[in-house]
Amino acid sequence: MNESTLLLDHGSGGMASNRLIGDLFFKHFGNPILNEMNDAALLDISGPITMSTDSYTVDPIFFPGGNIGTLAIHGTVNDVAMLGAKPRYISCGFIIEEGLEMSTLEKIVIEMAEAAKEADVLIVTGDTKVVPRGCVDKIFINTTGIGELILPEATSGAHAKPGDAILVSGTMGDHGLTVLSNREGLNFATDVQSDSAPLNHIVAALIQEIGDIHVLRDPTRGGLATTLNEIAVQSNVTINLKENQVPVRESVRNGCSFLGLDPFYLANEGKLICILPQEKAEAALNLMRSMKYGEEATQVGTVLAPEDSPAKAGQVILETPLGGHRLLNMLEGEQLPRIC
Amino acid sequence: MNVSDSFKDPELCKKLLEQLHEELDSPLRFMEVCGTHTVAIFQSGLRPLLPKEIVHLSGPGCPVCVTHESEVAAFLDLAGKDNVILATFGDLMRVPGPKGRNLKLAKAEGARIEIVYSPLDALKLAQENPNDTVVFLGVGFETTAPTIAASIQMAKQQNLTNFKVLSFHKLVPPALKVLLEDPDCAVDAFLLPGHVSTILGMEPYHFVAERYNTPGVITGFDPVDILESLLIMVEQRKNGKASIVNQYKRAVSDSGNAKAREIMFSVFNIAEAQWRGVGTIPESGLVIKDEYEEFDALKALDITLTDVPQTPGCKCGEVLKGKMQPSDCPLFAKGCTPAKPVGPCMVSTEGSCAAYFKYQVTA
Repeated sequence: MNESTLLLDHGSGGMASNRLIGDLFFKHFGNPILNEMNDAALLDISGPITMSTDSYTVDPIFFPGGNIGTLAIHGTVNDVAMLGAKPRYISCGFIIEEGLEMSTLEKIVIEMAEAAKEADVLIVTGDTKVVPRGCVDKIFINTTGIGELILPEATSGAHAKPGDAILVSGTMGDHGLTVLSNREGLNFATDVQSDSAPLNHIVAALIQEIGDIHVLRDPTRGGLATTLNEIAVQSNVTINLKENQVPVRESVRNGCSFLGLDPFYLANEGKLICILPQEKAEAALNLMRSMKYGEEATQVGTVLAPEDSPAKAGQVILETPLGGHRLLNMLEGEQLPRIC
Repeated sequence: MNVSDSFKDPELCKKLLEQLHEELDSPLRFMEVCGTHTVAIFQSGLRPLLPKEIVHLSGPGCPVCVTHESEVAAFLDLAGKDNVILATFGDLMRVPGPKGRNLKLAKAEGARIEIVYSPLDALKLAQENPNDTVVFLGVGFETTAPTIAASIQMAKQQNLTNFKVLSFHKLVPPALKVLLEDPDCAVDAFLLPGHVSTILGMEPYHFVAERYNTPGVITGFDPVDILESLLIMVEQRKNGKASIVNQYKRAVSDSGNAKAREIMFSVFNIAEAQWRGVGTIPESGLVIKDEYEEFDALKALDITLTDVPQTPGCKCGEVLKGKMQPSDCPLFAKGCTPAKPVGPCMVSTEGSCAAYFKYQVTA
């Protein structure tokens, strides 16, 4: 792009809009469906489809391990995949604050295109609005994705069964701590980076090579603790989580300790929870560990019938390294750093 | 295994727990005086492993919890005033004031409120916003007061007169005295705060043992620390001689941090303070000295604390004094939850009610 700064004109629908679409979005996102330039994308898809939408407003927009654009691709790809689907198509809506540097937008768009390519999805339709300064914070992105179900019956948070194994695909809390520490200008955690990544290839492999997957979820906002609580409620079971089995990077643990945060409640953007019969756990772990983004997969807990646990249905019990236990509850809101 | 891990060692904890079971010959009611201990005891899963005869009480050690209703009302009044930016530690954001208002709501309504990690960040805010008054909410114990004092000194050096501190600081030892003076006091021993003691050292606690024959152990936050301290309490009680012991020597010097105390007392005078649920305690607060009065938000912004009636039904005071377990409060988990806290013990992550609500397993 020759222009150096986004102006209200770029969202006006006139020549400036056309230049932006042609020189930036088509250049990087281009594919036969998008290139048709019609009012809507014409898609060829059959059978049951899964669909998910999410709006991304992360601050800062660039962080170690990704940016708002890669997050917008990975987040939606992963949500679509978690029902047992192959993500196919994505829409992108940009709301941009006037004055954003064109080079910033271009960097985001180039990395989004790369992320979409890695996830094997096509960006087939989009929209750009430029709004007056102060109406949004730099850039917000909405993505909606659809995918084809590759299972006879979709996985669901309601399908966890007593006796099932609970697996995670890697370390917890990396994304949440990275964003928080970069937002606040805290430089204690220099070696943490976001885990933002597409998980659809792992999901496809689990479904095709292991089978009998009961639950797939990506523990994004609210982290592992919140997602497991949701599953426990949906499936009307108790979940037993072993604290010392949950992988957390040393740097994340230290950063959390400093800020008074709990890594189990921090967002992940490249990790999944897989719940399946215990006898399939080892094969599923070996498969995940052989794949990119699943190298540190591990079993972290077990699903229990409430009558076999010290707690009620819908609750998550954390077994501590001492052999004691406590409730792992849902949080009321965001975690706030403490006084002392 | 690094030093920190060795204080979490499950095998060592198992041995200490066995020893505790063997040596305990009568019920022991211990109180921790620090919210971080409350959380540590629950988080480690230690609580259900302790002998049943050991009763764990949570004391007045969460600064958010003891911030008086009138103090909360005062800072909520400031939020939203023209040209005022409030700078605060994060855990004050949800504390309910009159009519259930809190800083989160005030912020949503347009008040300028910044969460900071250090008062020095608030100084920076004052530098960056010369046309606004930046008020730092000085809520905390001896742990944070010295850094806040240092920030006031720096503001004076830099002539940064748009920086103010609302000092609602509380001091821990006078609160212990109030608990011990209460004829209904049911505390056999104190688990003394690790962080506060890094500043205070051992000296300010000696009266607990000498005058009230009650053991007090300055304790770290890992399970091995807590178990070692419980064993020390049991042993002292067996011998019939109470003393103050520093179990947390890896962080706390017996004499504390003299330099930090010097800075604190060069800026603050000791004064009486109002404690939520406890009442007015003489010599338990810190006010800004006259020579720094231009940085005192109370004086500079002409704030007077008004009488705010105690929230009806809220038993936070009884809980803070160790007279009631959180789950025995009639409002607990019914009218009072982290979603809609009635009292501050439910709102702060280090409040005892919030800890019970969050961690306690009940079938």
